[in-house]
Amino acid sequence: MSDPMKIRAKLSGDVAEIRVLMGHAMETGQRKDAAGKTIPAHFIQSMTVEVAGKIVVDGQIGTSVSRNPVFGFKVKGAKAGDKVVISWVDNKGDKRSDEVAVA
Amino acid sequence: MEMNVTRRTVLRGAGSLGALSALIAAGVLKPTAAFAAEWNKAAFEAQDTTGVLKGLGAGTPGEHKGLILKVPDIAENGAVVPVDVVSTIPNTVSIAILVEKNPLPLSAHFDFANGALPEAAVRLKLGQTSLVKAVVKADGKFYIAQKEVKVTVGGCGG
Repeated sequence: MSDPMKIRAKLSGDVAEIRVLMGHAMETGQRKDAAGKTIPAHFIQSMTVEVAGKIVVDGQIGTSVSRNPVFGFKVKGAKAGDKVVISWVDNKGDKRSDEVAVA
Repeated sequence: MEMNVTRRTVLRGAGSLGALSALIAAGVLKPTAAFAAEWNKAAFEAQDTTGVLKGLGAGTPGEHKGLILKVPDIAENGAVVPVDVVSTIPNTVSIAILVEKNPLPLSAHFDFANGALPEAAVRLKLGQTSLVKAVVKADGKFYIAQKEVKVTVGGCGG
């Protein structure tokens, strides 16, 4: 259902700069449709970033994160070729996990 | 699986998560399955800053010049407002970001471990002109920084 995330992990010295774009509606539950009915909340609640098998960022997300969320993090001690795995789970239980190697 | 016990202990402290850590350690729950259950409902469903701080267990945070919050002064589009938080406070373990005037102010909360620098770049929705706040935890203490973003077109309306 959801599109693959776009992940970039670029090494600068010994710090990996990780940016990710997640395709998600991030519906707040505050909006109404044309018929005046409230559109139910549908948003990413949890996300993790793993580098070389270790969780480096454990995130919890609320409804005020923008549609198609973009996050940026920096991880010290990463090496070229380290596997970066990013995962999310939303409030309806949909989930997605994508990976990229540090370049 | 020892790593996970350490991570949870360091990041979240012992207490109510002890049982969960034990399950993770025993391999009953994988971390990727466990993290979703820990969404901080009290903090994320709080309707004002005071409620969020209470939900985070942050009490009344002080200010610290090592906490840097970067936001635009004016956002033409409230639907996508870039917010950068960088903490140079030693031993910063988590960053929370709030939009004071949004119906549910808490936007995101990140725990850092295993070399992650205490920095986060996010894009937020602002329903109206509001203070944006960053709350960090370092050495068991909480610190806060805030800046106003003027919104000319809201990001939460229909």
